[in-house]
Amino acid sequence: MLIKLTGGTVYDPASGVAGQQQDIFIQDGRIINAPTEAAPDKEYNLNGKVVMSGAIDMHTHIGGGKGNIARTLLPEDHRSDPVARTALCRSGCGHAMPSTFVTGYRYAEMGYTAGFEPALLPINARQAHMEMGDIPILDKGGYVMLGSDDYLLRMLTAKKDQQAINDYVAWTINSAKAIGVKVVNPGGINAFKFNQRKLDLDEQNCHYGVTPRDILRTLATAVKQLGVSHPLHVHGCNLGVPGNVQTTLDTIQGIGGLPMHLTHIQFHSYGTEGDFKFSSGAAQIAEAVNNNKNITIDVGQILFGQTVTASGDSMRQHANHKHANPNKWVTMDIECDAGCGVVPFRYRDQNFVNALQWAIGLETFLLVDDPWRIFLTTDHPNGAPFTSYPHLIRLLMDKSFRNDMLATIHPEAQKMTTLASIEREYSLQEIAIMTRAGAAKLIGLKDRGGLGAGNWADITVYTDNPNREQMFEKPDYVFKDGELVVVDGKIVATKWGTTHTVKPDFDPSVEKDLKDYFDRYLTMKMDNFKISDDEITEDGRGSVTVHPTVN
Amino acid sequence: MTEITEVPSPFCGIGTDDLCIAVDGLSLKVTANGCAVNTPLFEQPITDTRARVAGQEVDLDVAISQAAKLLQGAWLPVIGGCATDVNGMRGLLALADRCGAVVDNMNFVGARNNFLSMQANGWMNTTLAEVKNRCDLLLVVGTDVEAFAPRFFERYLWTEAMFLQDPSQRRVIYLGRAPSGDSSTSPNGTQATVLECPLTELPDVMAVLRALVKNQPVRVDSVGGIAVADLQAVAEQLRAAQYSVVTWAAGALAYSQAELTVQTLSAMVKDINMQNTRCSGLPLAGKEGEQTANQVCGWTTGYPARTRFSRGYPEYDPFLNDSRLLLADGEADVLVWVQAFNALSVPPVTDIPTIVVGRSGMKFGKEPDVYIPVGTPGIDHAGHAFRMDNVVAIRLKKLRDSGLPSTADVLNAIEQRCRPD
Repeated sequence: MLIKLTGGTVYDPASGVAGQQQDIFIQDGRIINAPTEAAPDKEYNLNGKVVMSGAIDMHTHIGGGKGNIARTLLPEDHRSDPVARTALCRSGCGHAMPSTFVTGYRYAEMGYTAGFEPALLPINARQAHMEMGDIPILDKGGYVMLGSDDYLLRMLTAKKDQQAINDYVAWTINSAKAIGVKVVNPGGINAFKFNQRKLDLDEQNCHYGVTPRDILRTLATAVKQLGVSHPLHVHGCNLGVPGNVQTTLDTIQGIGGLPMHLTHIQFHSYGTEGDFKFSSGAAQIAEAVNNNKNITIDVGQILFGQTVTASGDSMRQHANHKHANPNKWVTMDIECDAGCGVVPFRYRDQNFVNALQWAIGLETFLLVDDPWRIFLTTDHPNGAPFTSYPHLIRLLMDKSFRNDMLATIHPEAQKMTTLASIEREYSLQEIAIMTRAGAAKLIGLKDRGGLGAGNWADITVYTDNPNREQMFEKPDYVFKDGELVVVDGKIVATKWGTTHTVKPDFDPSVEKDLKDYFDRYLTMKMDNFKISDDEITEDGRGSVTVHPTVN
Repeated sequence: MTEITEVPSPFCGIGTDDLCIAVDGLSLKVTANGCAVNTPLFEQPITDTRARVAGQEVDLDVAISQAAKLLQGAWLPVIGGCATDVNGMRGLLALADRCGAVVDNMNFVGARNNFLSMQANGWMNTTLAEVKNRCDLLLVVGTDVEAFAPRFFERYLWTEAMFLQDPSQRRVIYLGRAPSGDSSTSPNGTQATVLECPLTELPDVMAVLRALVKNQPVRVDSVGGIAVADLQAVAEQLRAAQYSVVTWAAGALAYSQAELTVQTLSAMVKDINMQNTRCSGLPLAGKEGEQTANQVCGWTTGYPARTRFSRGYPEYDPFLNDSRLLLADGEADVLVWVQAFNALSVPPVTDIPTIVVGRSGMKFGKEPDVYIPVGTPGIDHAGHAFRMDNVVAIRLKKLRDSGLPSTADVLNAIEQRCRPD
């Protein structure tokens, strides 16, 4: 079927198109050049409408064990947002940590067509893929978590060479069916198992004698040398600790120019000034990001209300458990591989720290110059549920709305932020970069995030509306792989997206030592650990897309 | 005949994946690393291969139609058992969503002790590889571990450990219930410390132990027949250990309000972690798809596998959605029993129409209205199952070509048939 989208105002940063009126043609799921003869089978008149590619959430906790722990922990949260089945859609629950089906529907209803789970524990990757396999419509993928696994730390202690590390990293990416590599509190999750309660960038793991700085350099080098597009995805040391802005600046300097993505940087941008010994480090962070082109960030904006934090960082989550609201929390040590911590949070605008966290996130968005190197996230659900994105977009695009909100938060926090003096308002093109073209480029998706011919037809159509929250929460149309799935912000059809992966090469002899390690120390056989493609595809719904490496 | 190695077991819950199984046509023999739980469940022969309606053998399609007809006419169907693999649970939940059923995992009465505690306070838990490599002190509460999982000690305690010089120095303490055998005895001959008490005294014993861990004054000399001085010694060992682990099986705590015991022991684990050392909980569970049911129901609905869809959306109630109550009170009007692992686990006898999607070889006191024999995940078809610690999903292998449909095949077909035209 040939579909024509006629006369829309197109924002397609991947092709350098910024608000020009253009027609778009779709055939067999992909965008094609204007055909010379054929008449379209279906035409949509998009005069006056805003057209972007489908949005991509490059960091959202949508699959894996800690999410299911968060769900199980909070039945009262689900009860406030039941989702009934319809003729088309499965039932489920919403709010902070929605059920899988509802996750897919609600993302699509906001114009999103892909989401990436940032913390795919190697040993839990199978579960993460199964959960994501039950998220309809969206494409998905994951960054496999390394850096606190005993195997890597043993290699570092044994001074194995970079090539050996690269082979192990590539083997793990292949085994876990990932598209990137993440490190969380480098070595810190491991150190917590040895009863260390904090780990600074240059502090040694008491058992291995390895520092977070060593781990970051080694893994960032591996990712680059393997040709994995997505730079090492880093949740740094000292999450949430006042004064951690210095740690983050040191982390940026310490990586020595290697590509590095610093995630939910808002949680890592805190100073110690002021009466409450808690201040914004956003200006310093933004300056460092602006000056270091190898660095990309996503913000991890907090928004006020109830949510739940679910993180691999068992060390910091344990330290933060006293803030649990409601007062119940879970941590886990996991399989000599990683860990997790789940702590419910209620961010309050009249709480000084929460209010300043809100402002720090916004300052970061507004002070970083290059929208290709900053990404719109709430670290769902940790800063806020993903359903708050339209509100966040309005805060970025509408200065007077932002300042109205600012005037309502804790008065001492208002005094500690420069937000009121920042004039910047994001443009539609900049939003399209952050949430589409930039995200696809960062992850290494070769035919998503753009509207040029050859791309998959993931397309979102909005009605231009000065109230950007209303505009972005209810697209007129969403197409996924060329199929119309949403009309007027409601699902009209469902389908299944693909799983994006990368398969870097490795020396197969890496399995010799691994097999011995699995046999001696782990509780599963090495061959049973590896995830095969058919595990994702055998139910007839999933598919695996392999993206090229870049060397 | 072929021999298949590194076979994972979906039956025991501790994720053993080193079994060797000889396959000769449809017959299986465990040739290495079997146990009293796994071996009989692998070796059970296939008897039924054809579906039955009202006791008469019929084509699969006829049985599926009859099942769909019963469900379409039902006000409140109940789906019990819920013992199957991940794809089976996906199909089960799709069917429940379609026909407004109550989903109730057969082990939920035990599992509820954990869910109620976890949903009230949370916990700090660990997984089997951490136990194997780090645990220097295992405190077992109210549970006979080796009866639950015969190979637990062999695989996870009396074996090489990354962070212990001499794994045989690990200490084991039983609180409440004594072990039924000697597999908790260290290879160096050291026997477990056993502090026995009547099970119903365990709440008091745990409360005193937690108080001692927190250095609270205790004004009695003994509790449940255990000397407080002995519990004081346990508290001191927990504080002195580098990485102690407290384990229990929720189902073994078979007394009223046992969730409070789980709550106390989980809170104690958290207390120990505030005293400058590490300690973790390890709930034993996961037999015959228990974790699988709760995990898949968890991501599909937000709730554990005692959830109803009768109002069009999932509603969790750990008490009111108890299928035994719904049957006893006459609220349920069709029972679906899904049990792909164990032919001995048959549905409760009831007067309402009963559909069984079960392992081949089930013997019924009362013939169900529909019986559809299905393949066993990990034997007749590939699949996935969750291990007791929830984190690890194991990839189940297909070992033979029996031609039996999977649970997912059958439940998806019934769901299709229940769709409005």
